[in-house]
Amino acid sequence: MSLVNIKIEGKPFQVDSGLTVLEACRKCGFVIPSLCSFNHGKNSLASCRVCLVEIKGARGLSASCVYPVSEGMEISISSQSATEARRASVELILSNHEKNCLQCPKNGHCELLHVAELVGARDQKYIGEFSETTVDEIAPGIIRNTAKCILCGRCIERCKEAQGISILGYENRGFHTIVGPVQNRSFAESPCLQCGQCVNVCPTGALMEHSEIDKVDQAIKAGKKVIVQTAPAVRAAIAEEFDEPIGTPGTGKMVAALHRLGFYRVFDTNFGADLTIMEEANELLHRIKNKGVLPQITSCSPGWINYMEYFYPQIIPHISTCKSPHMMVGAIIKSYFANSHNLNPDDIFVVSIMPCTAKKYERSRPEMAHDVDAVLTTRELAKLIRRAGIVWKKLPDEEFDSDLLGDYSGAGVIFGVTGGVMEAALRTAYFWMTGKEYSAIEFHNVRGLEAVREASIDIDGTVIKVAVTSGMKNAKPLLDDIKNGKSPYAFIEIMGCPGGCINGGGQPYVKPLLLPNEEDDILDTYCKKRASVLYSEDERQVIRQSHNNKDIQRLYKEFLGEPGSELAEELLHTSYNAHREKYPNKK
Amino acid sequence: MTKIDVVANEKQLLDKISHCGACLEKKFHCQDGHRAIVICGGTGCLSSESAEILAKFKSLIEEKGIGDKVTANIVGCFGFCSQGPFVKIFPEETLYTKVKIADVEEIIEKDIIGGGIVERLLFVDPVTKQKAQKQHDINFYKLQKRDVALRGNGEINPEDIDEAFGDGAFVALNKALHMTRQEVINEVLKSGLRGRGGAGFPAGKKWQFAYNMNVEEKYIICNGDEGDPGAFMDRSIIEGNPVNVIEGMMIAGYAIGAKNGYFYVRAEYPVAVERLKKAIAELEEAGLLGDHILGTDFSFRCHIRLGAGAFVCGEETALLNSIEGKRGMPRPRPPFPAVKGLWDKPSVINNVETLANVPFILREGADHYASFGTADSKGTKVFALGGKVNNVGLVEVPMGTTLRQLIFDIGGGIPNNKKFKAIQTGGPSGGCLTEKDLDTPIDYASLIAHGSMMGSGGAIVMDEDNCMVDVAKFYMTFITEESCGKCSPCRIGTKRVLEILTNICDGKGTLQDLENLKELSSIIKANSLCGLGQTAANPIVSTMTAFPEEYRAHVVDHVCPAHVCKSMMQYHIVPEACFGCGLCARACPTNTIVKTDAPSKKNPRLFIHEINQKNCVKCGSCMAACRFNAIIKK
Amino acid sequence: MAHLQSSAVALITKIVNRYKDEPTPLMMILEDVQKEYGYIPLEVQELISDLTGTPVSEIYGVVTFYSFFSLTPKGKYVIGVCLGTACYVKGSQLILDKFSQVLGIKSGETTLDGLFTIDVLRCIGACAIAPAVSINGKVYPQVKVDDVVKIVNEYKNKEVEVR
Repeated sequence: MSLVNIKIEGKPFQVDSGLTVLEACRKCGFVIPSLCSFNHGKNSLASCRVCLVEIKGARGLSASCVYPVSEGMEISISSQSATEARRASVELILSNHEKNCLQCPKNGHCELLHVAELVGARDQKYIGEFSETTVDEIAPGIIRNTAKCILCGRCIERCKEAQGISILGYENRGFHTIVGPVQNRSFAESPCLQCGQCVNVCPTGALMEHSEIDKVDQAIKAGKKVIVQTAPAVRAAIAEEFDEPIGTPGTGKMVAALHRLGFYRVFDTNFGADLTIMEEANELLHRIKNKGVLPQITSCSPGWINYMEYFYPQIIPHISTCKSPHMMVGAIIKSYFANSHNLNPDDIFVVSIMPCTAKKYERSRPEMAHDVDAVLTTRELAKLIRRAGIVWKKLPDEEFDSDLLGDYSGAGVIFGVTGGVMEAALRTAYFWMTGKEYSAIEFHNVRGLEAVREASIDIDGTVIKVAVTSGMKNAKPLLDDIKNGKSPYAFIEIMGCPGGCINGGGQPYVKPLLLPNEEDDILDTYCKKRASVLYSEDERQVIRQSHNNKDIQRLYKEFLGEPGSELAEELLHTSYNAHREKYPNKK
Repeated sequence: MTKIDVVANEKQLLDKISHCGACLEKKFHCQDGHRAIVICGGTGCLSSESAEILAKFKSLIEEKGIGDKVTANIVGCFGFCSQGPFVKIFPEETLYTKVKIADVEEIIEKDIIGGGIVERLLFVDPVTKQKAQKQHDINFYKLQKRDVALRGNGEINPEDIDEAFGDGAFVALNKALHMTRQEVINEVLKSGLRGRGGAGFPAGKKWQFAYNMNVEEKYIICNGDEGDPGAFMDRSIIEGNPVNVIEGMMIAGYAIGAKNGYFYVRAEYPVAVERLKKAIAELEEAGLLGDHILGTDFSFRCHIRLGAGAFVCGEETALLNSIEGKRGMPRPRPPFPAVKGLWDKPSVINNVETLANVPFILREGADHYASFGTADSKGTKVFALGGKVNNVGLVEVPMGTTLRQLIFDIGGGIPNNKKFKAIQTGGPSGGCLTEKDLDTPIDYASLIAHGSMMGSGGAIVMDEDNCMVDVAKFYMTFITEESCGKCSPCRIGTKRVLEILTNICDGKGTLQDLENLKELSSIIKANSLCGLGQTAANPIVSTMTAFPEEYRAHVVDHVCPAHVCKSMMQYHIVPEACFGCGLCARACPTNTIVKTDAPSKKNPRLFIHEINQKNCVKCGSCMAACRFNAIIKK
Repeated sequence: MAHLQSSAVALITKIVNRYKDEPTPLMMILEDVQKEYGYIPLEVQELISDLTGTPVSEIYGVVTFYSFFSLTPKGKYVIGVCLGTACYVKGSQLILDKFSQVLGIKSGETTLDGLFTIDVLRCIGACAIAPAVSINGKVYPQVKVDDVVKIVNEYKNKEVEVR
């Protein structure tokens, strides 16, 4: 790409010609406040009018988030008119915004609050009517509050881009415009996946996870044995909540923090991941040997399961009946663990810390039988840690509790990354079929299909094809092939969130404006950085296959029998709903 | 007109024009006893039953067996709407006004058959009291130039393309096809034609940007989403002579390199859409739309897309989004439509009136076109003159005509001896001009210099009974309903302005409110994404500048000098004038008028009535019902 | 979720197919559906979504953006009072208020018996005959506040005759 010469505040710079003024200024050390652009400028509606600057020769003020740079351009950010205009835009937005910042769950992460400070917003001058408010707290996973919505349009773009189902859209016009599911319904009454991708991009508290911190507090207060488990993806990102650079491993400190929060036991969901692999690999082998329904598709992502039930219920026979890892851990805690410790399962309260908002919905499904009592996102855990006054940086590294459910393999760790479940499952399936340990899979991109990777696995002469993808927009072509009977695969891993759980709806916010010191390339590749934490941990493990997990081996020997046993079926498997209505009659 | 002849090359076109020209000549100017009756089919006349008048003519013509010598058909808007329905008889060019169905028989008997004139239906000048037999004797028409954009209105049958050919349709396109595309653009640049939709951007320049794009797929789009309340220029242009606009579009398409043109027309204009559809279909049948037009390499097709009730879709990029099946929310610029427009292809969006000017420019030459108007603004402009003016209607005047000429000479001044207060041009994006501006020539720069803008052509006259604060509130109400909601300054800013104005009109305003209005206005203008927002505050700024005392009276004295703002005015029955008839009481929706004990001075057997102010909702029904002018506003 | 009758499905499908060769035909489809089916409820939008591939939320966003599209059926007689500038300065707001008062509904609403809907029109280009009222396409010129009751009765009588 060619370079152009521009001037910012009178100083000369050279930047790539394809950039917007906003991006170019960032690269040159000037952060222009903005609210509606995300992906640090790559997506923008130019609707918030907060990023206005003066460009010599252009008529009036210009929105820097969409205005392309050109040779000889002279940009003024701090001119009187631009500064006042940016402040005015924010003040107008504030005049129609619920300002209970002190009590708002977004306090501390709110981009609007941050921008208001940057532009010097003043006491309210333009006081008038507020737009009609809708508060939707029905769906277990995510909530919506239009009193805080600034109509930036980011969530609409994100849902479309990530999942292709456009649950969110605009309704009405002018001052009456709302953003929400059709008919301003609850998420629970629409085919929303509750994946939380929209929550990740919302600049204010309009879209949030449905907090369950109160539930956990009450359980502790009531004297229950509160057992906490953490998903692999959480450790890959939690350090970011404490100002560490993206890609800082957080396992040791996270466990140390959990040990200081009053939990009865601190377990690793990776144990559950290994358990899932045992059951799922067994299921796969069974289908392959007995000409069962293929391809088999993974089932550990509830965002994906929601999508499947709403849009492709006819492929239910393909879905693995395995519960997801944390649900399996919950089931084992309330049976095997409870028995071993002579505890009444009703006195046990299982909390899962997940990178995910859909898991809040998952655990509430009737088929899941109270295996897990509450799900907290990575962000909610960080809140708990801060609330307890714990200083992250001063924490030592500690180990998970090893009480029956402590051991885990590297295969379990990589569950958090797209392709991880596939790799883990194949390590075990391959071993069971050939008696040999499997070496790394070589994936390559599927031509013509963005973000779908496939591989051919030679299992002692039998070649099976497998595929991996994440994000429903990417999964759709694969599903259509399956629906039409044209799928060439034996096993497919599908994750609800693009990039996998490390990019889940409950992960720390990645907001350029709130992290102005991050280099642009880190922001571009935050998924890769988080993934590398998990891959490194996998490589450091001594045991890298689920079937070699000693605690897993003992669990089967002492309790479950073998994979697929009657007890395993009862505790660790589930069923799906072929009749979910997309838009039920509004109540 | 049943079969459409094919016109496959220049020779056939010229033959056709010659032939149709002769037919028109025979129809209108033959002295051998042929009579042509044309009836105005403009909106105002149609709703005064001009279609039924036509039907009556046709049935009488058939009944009398004179169909071989007498024709009757609809034509486009005569423009003199307060005097319609119009019936014009050729070759005499007698113009009958305010015709009713009951008059048709007399016209047939006395004029068509008898050769006389129905005197009582002629226009009488209210000042000179002179009768005018012919259209061009009427003052309303004298200062106008109606042969450019309104060409054909009042003359040719808009539903018969042969009449369009008779009037010279496609001569201009033919000429253009003999020029290079750049030469056509140069001609339009030389003419000085500026966009007639309101912004006044030089049309040739827009075409040049699109021409310069080295892309195969391009589009020419005609903006017929005339949404300014009070504007019906584009409607009349399309309804009166659809072929002319199509020809203008084709010339533009040829110049920029587009093979497809899209008409975007308001859904509120079904007649215009029908006439456009018919003209397009017939031109396709004639081979004048499609491939190898007139035997050249130029291929072009017309398509129609309708609006669905959103004023903002008159904004270029919102219009594009609407065609693309989306909400009409404008796009940020750059990129400009000429670079990335409809379906991301280079597109030129021109207003209906702009395109209607193009054939004239190509046919008569840029120099001739530029000989009208001012240095800054060439050619003519169509205005929809409305409001408190005697001659409400559609006019076309050369640029440079003064406002005084428009309002008083053409418009006939203010009715009911009221005093002129202001004229609003540019609709909700414009401003008002007052007494001191009356000698301003109408051109783009002058109107802006005087606090308004050209706009699309809506021109609403206001008198002493209009409250300018109320007018500002009216426009802002419109804007808040039509704002698309995308950007915060317009969505929230205009709402806040409306709240302040409503407060002021409710008698609760303060001086601080005036300061806030000024500040909000400048924010909305500076920060909004599109033209709708950027100009939304113009009516407020303009009225505050021109009528500061009226605003002060509202916020300091809490008085509405024009007695319009309900909370600051009252209806009163003047006791001395009250006849006691009680019509007002019967008309009153809230039963708030009572009979007093005092006998009426006009009729002692009846009693003076009184309005109980507490329950009065200020609807004005009483004043409308009173026959004795006994009710006033205070 | 209400289900569509098969005749409705056939009509909507016919309309969608009418425009299968047009690029981005959603507006044309919705205009015809509004005209021929009378309104565009969610069930119809879902069908259009299935047939065209456009997400329901986008269709819903378009339907609620444009004044011409209605989620609920309109009355038998749609009374359009023009509030364009020329009509407004000639007092059309008072006429609108009178219709509202006589029928007991606000603009945008429909009477309980399904007979009348009041709509605000933004300039139908009949400025010369302001104030103008358009009822089901018939334009009444120079309407006065006094005429309102008469006009409403005109239609009420029509209904009586029919019965």
